Amino acid sequence: MARGAGALTARITAAALAFVTLGPLAVVMAQAGSGGIGAADWAALRFTLWQAAWSAVASVVCAVPLARALARRRFAGRSLLISALGAPFLLPVIVAVLGLLAVFGRAGVVNVGLRALGLPEVSIFGLGGVVLAHVFLNMPLATRMILQGWQAVPGERLRLAESLGFGPREIWRHIEVPMLRDVLPGALLAVFAICLTSFAVVLVLGGGPGATTVELAIYQAVRFEFDLGKAALLAVLQVLACGVAVGLAGLFTVPGGFGAGLDRAVGLPQPGGWRRVCDAVVIALAAGFIAGPLLAVVWRGAPGLLALPGSVWPALAASVLIAVLAAPLAVGGALALALGRAQGLRLVEPVAMLPMAGSSLVLGTGLFLLVFPWVSPATVALPVTVLVTAVMALPFAYRILLPEARALVADYGRLAASLGLQGWPALRLLVVPRLRRALGFALGLVAALAVGDLGVIALFAAERGATLPLVIQRLMGAYRMEAAAGAALLLVAAAFAVFWICDRWGRGHADA
Amino acid sequence: MLTLEGLRVVQDDFQLGADWSVGAGERVAVIGPSGAGKSTLLGAIAGFVPLTSGAIRWQGARIDGLAPGARPLSMLFQDQNLFPHLSVAQNLGLGLDPSLRRVDWAAVETALERVGLAGLGARRPGQLSGGQASRAALARALLRARPVLLLDEPFAALGPALKAEMLALVEELAGAALVLMVTHDPTDAQRFAGRTVLVADGVAAPPVETAALFANPPAALAAYLG
Repeated sequence: MARGAGALTARITAAALAFVTLGPLAVVMAQAGSGGIGAADWAALRFTLWQAAWSAVASVVCAVPLARALARRRFAGRSLLISALGAPFLLPVIVAVLGLLAVFGRAGVVNVGLRALGLPEVSIFGLGGVVLAHVFLNMPLATRMILQGWQAVPGERLRLAESLGFGPREIWRHIEVPMLRDVLPGALLAVFAICLTSFAVVLVLGGGPGATTVELAIYQAVRFEFDLGKAALLAVLQVLACGVAVGLAGLFTVPGGFGAGLDRAVGLPQPGGWRRVCDAVVIALAAGFIAGPLLAVVWRGAPGLLALPGSVWPALAASVLIAVLAAPLAVGGALALALGRAQGLRLVEPVAMLPMAGSSLVLGTGLFLLVFPWVSPATVALPVTVLVTAVMALPFAYRILLPEARALVADYGRLAASLGLQGWPALRLLVVPRLRRALGFALGLVAALAVGDLGVIALFAAERGATLPLVIQRLMGAYRMEAAAGAALLLVAAAFAVFWICDRWGRGHADA
Repeated sequence: MLTLEGLRVVQDDFQLGADWSVGAGERVAVIGPSGAGKSTLLGAIAGFVPLTSGAIRWQGARIDGLAPGARPLSMLFQDQNLFPHLSVAQNLGLGLDPSLRRVDWAAVETALERVGLAGLGARRPGQLSGGQASRAALARALLRARPVLLLDEPFAALGPALKAEMLALVEELAGAALVLMVTHDPTDAQRFAGRTVLVADGVAAPPVETAALFANPPAALAAYLG
């Protein structure tokens, strides 16, 4: 039964979200199509799907042995490593790219080593580099999703396996393979959908006729060719691709991959011998793969901190301002929708997922087309970035809050109703105190994503009024790598700081 | 007088009908087999279960269109009667003003004294025993001073002695209020209620004298009592 102020708020929020998502889409649809789809556009679509598929498969192929090793081994630093697997999600993408360049780029550690051995160099640009960066960013997420699958194997089944004398091979065949069959489609599709709309990675590591995604082609059409009709057409292609991916993902239950207890004592057998060595090697390689680029940023950025260009500080202020505005907007909207859904409003569910069918640049293109005839896009760069960032982050916040909202309504909905506790008093006395931990986590996540986001701002910003990720990208474009690394270090600190502050608020007063 | 006028609740293959009245100040037990609809009956009166047809009246005025908090009744649930993140005093204060802005805290303390919880207002519900938590929920119903009190087995988790003690406290504090109490224990009904409603086979039967009901139980009740 959904009624009262809460249901009304949820309906209004859903209508507003549908408006700001579908409105720009409608504009894009209306403006698309004058030129028809050219060969370059098809190539962009093909490359988009191709790199996303490769990225999904590579991420999951790397994640399975790592998740298995983490599931069955206990070692010092294990929980630290599992926590660190959450870090790439908060890490600004441009920083990750910078770190990967430092390790795998032409002057990076790997190529220096290869040259010393007289071996051919590897190139980080093009398909290989894009996939490498996507694996770096998404393999940890895939690992956490798959690890949850392993930890959800009932202890009774493992006891049964042991009593039947199963060895590692039989456990793999009768327990692990069926579990993976359930978990892998969700993990593959999650990574695939994320990589479809990846922008910052392709902006730096892709480009050119052979390695341009639809998202990058939209950016180029707006910024360089100023062909808004073509941008709109590409945006329609992007929506079709995302819509199909989200629709497919809806067929599979996608596990969350964020929190949940990761330290339940699982009675997985710990086979010795070569399997033990393999697990150790897998864990060491993964830790090195994740830590290497991060350490490279710190190592290169520390000297750069002393010589930061002046453009960095206003950009940092802009990024933090966007986060401060976008996070409450996204989390407040997600909370209204989650509470509405928990009280039985079914229409909320598809609306909350609506942003996933678009992308940052698709929404940006629509808004660009809307404002362009009236004002200079650069003057509205910040409000547009706040809005698009909040809208794109809302589904994540909704997913985090929904289980908590359901529990709240199930446990205390009747009591609150019987006491007439509703509206603002209910928010102040019941919802915020009970959901504080989830709200803090969601706020922190959205704020960190907003600080580090390099997406729609690239469409709108002029030379002034850039965000910090955009300034870093420009420094990299100008080959000022040391300054870029210093600014990147600052950006990482800002992203983790806003996350920490919000998460800390959520964990405070946890006395109930 | 509380009147259930041709009340019907239909949910999938479950249904429940009731068509009777009980007077102000009465003590009425609601008994019957599990799943027959005892809690559904109270939920419908309290406003948590939508009516398929019929009406609910209090002193002649329809109340079935009102939100749960606006109905002239208080309800004690099987569990989750207190918000764990608020103090006991704040939980009671919600009975006077849901926004906790205009609460007469002296009245809250008096209510705590009357249920034997003097001085425990600053505690969290988690620091109370089961019996104390029941007393706190009862104290809030006392503060709300609504003319109908619905008890949906709130004392089911307490031991026999404690439960008897709580029923005596309800009897003492409810005063002129009508009390409808769900129970699965015949001795509760016999000890507490002058009349009893039997819920079985999709019907909440009109209330009859409790002693007469148990002296000559109908088939459904006889089967339940075993």
